[in-house]
Amino acid sequence: MSNKKVETGAFYARDRAWQPPAYTPTYKTSVLRSPRKALLSLDNTVSEITGPVFGHNQIGELDNDLLLNFSETGELPVGERIIVHGRVLDERGVPVSGALIEMWQANAGGRYRHKKETYLAPLDPNFGGCGRTITDENGFYSFRTVKPGPYPWPNGVNDWRPAHIHFSVFGNGFAQRLITQMYFEGDPLIWKCPIVRSIPDEAAVKQLIAPLDMASTIPMDSLSYKFDIVLRGRRSTLFENRREGN
Amino acid sequence: MTQPLHYLKETPSQTAGPYVHIGCTPNFTGITNVYAEDLGTSMVNDQTEGARITVKGTVYDGMGAPVKDALVEIWQADANGFYNSPSEMRGAADPNFTGWGRCPGDMETGEFTFETVKPGIVPFKDGRPMAPHITFWVVARGINIGLHTRMYFPDEEAANNADPILTRIEHQQRVPTLIAKKEGDVYRFDIHLQGDQETVFFDI
Ligand SMILES: [Fe+2]
Repeated sequence: MSNKKVETGAFYARDRAWQPPAYTPTYKTSVLRSPRKALLSLDNTVSEITGPVFGHNQIGELDNDLLLNFSETGELPVGERIIVHGRVLDERGVPVSGALIEMWQANAGGRYRHKKETYLAPLDPNFGGCGRTITDENGFYSFRTVKPGPYPWPNGVNDWRPAHIHFSVFGNGFAQRLITQMYFEGDPLIWKCPIVRSIPDEAAVKQLIAPLDMASTIPMDSLSYKFDIVLRGRRSTLFENRREGN
Repeated sequence: MTQPLHYLKETPSQTAGPYVHIGCTPNFTGITNVYAEDLGTSMVNDQTEGARITVKGTVYDGMGAPVKDALVEIWQADANGFYNSPSEMRGAADPNFTGWGRCPGDMETGEFTFETVKPGIVPFKDGRPMAPHITFWVVARGINIGLHTRMYFPDEEAANNADPILTRIEHQQRVPTLIAKKEGDVYRFDIHLQGDQETVFFDI
């Protein structure tokens, strides 16, 4: 695949001031689902440094095409056609190749295809709402979908989620495991959302807002949004595990 | 002035939300025509080495109610203590064991189940053995950032008592939250997000 040397260093400590805390009472469900005791800090062992890898052979041809991967008839879903693309990098700026990305989203009307979903917006018979892809040797990924709609949710009396796509990402160590959400440039609901505001730092929130990327749009076909994802970086192992006298 | 460090910031986490199944286990929520099988459903095949075990458990919230929308992933060494990962430099892992499993909580009860093998011993950074353990990662609606913990085995008392991580826990009365219970053929590992029995979670 590539001539890159396999890395085995421990991951940089997570910046817990940049990440959302567990307890964020304006997002009510977090109140009873947040650990209240201090986390036990653990410099990585081999159990955290290693992680599963997924092969391109595990991924189907249409897995990253949400316009086509659900409909049995080949009919297209309703909504704005968009391409979402970007890179997975680590904190050092090193591209993460072979990263599995799974994404899920509501349809253009803000409705999810899920047993527990109750919003009155209709299902789209041609849209499933899930996809997956693996980054290439330079960390690039892309997928095609429709822009999801915003939707109301039971939290405050009148809370609405901004349009968003959920992302689940595997790097190459289990300590890099991450689930997040991508938002769309210009959406006025972003800054009102209690889930977005679980992130304390405004600059951190901006890291989740994908800009419109005219360079990557396909004329007369699809708009494009660019979303780069950063996973934890790894230390060099050069000076580790060398005990005196060895 | 100094040179800037130029590190990037890790992408902030957001909750997996109630519909995580659509993306991670679509077949489980009835989307059966996109992927042949949900990833992480099976960790073993009929040639996997080692003692087969079943691990079951439930994630509970601070009121003791089961969290029915949780998604649990596990990562573990094979029966000989090797990880099926390119970053494993100590030896070759069993090619018939993935080491990684994913299971959504049952929508009615919240219970998760893994059919796996008992992991072998893996060394700590200083070379001391760590007791056999399975890494757990839990996400759900209301969990802003995935929670890491470890399950240890109740029938490994000597190894647990010498484990470099378990022995380091300041409040030793919390250690049992990391040790599964043996119920017949099943290891039960319940995870308490909050409260008197709050599981020890790790910042790894
Ligand atoms: Fe959502």
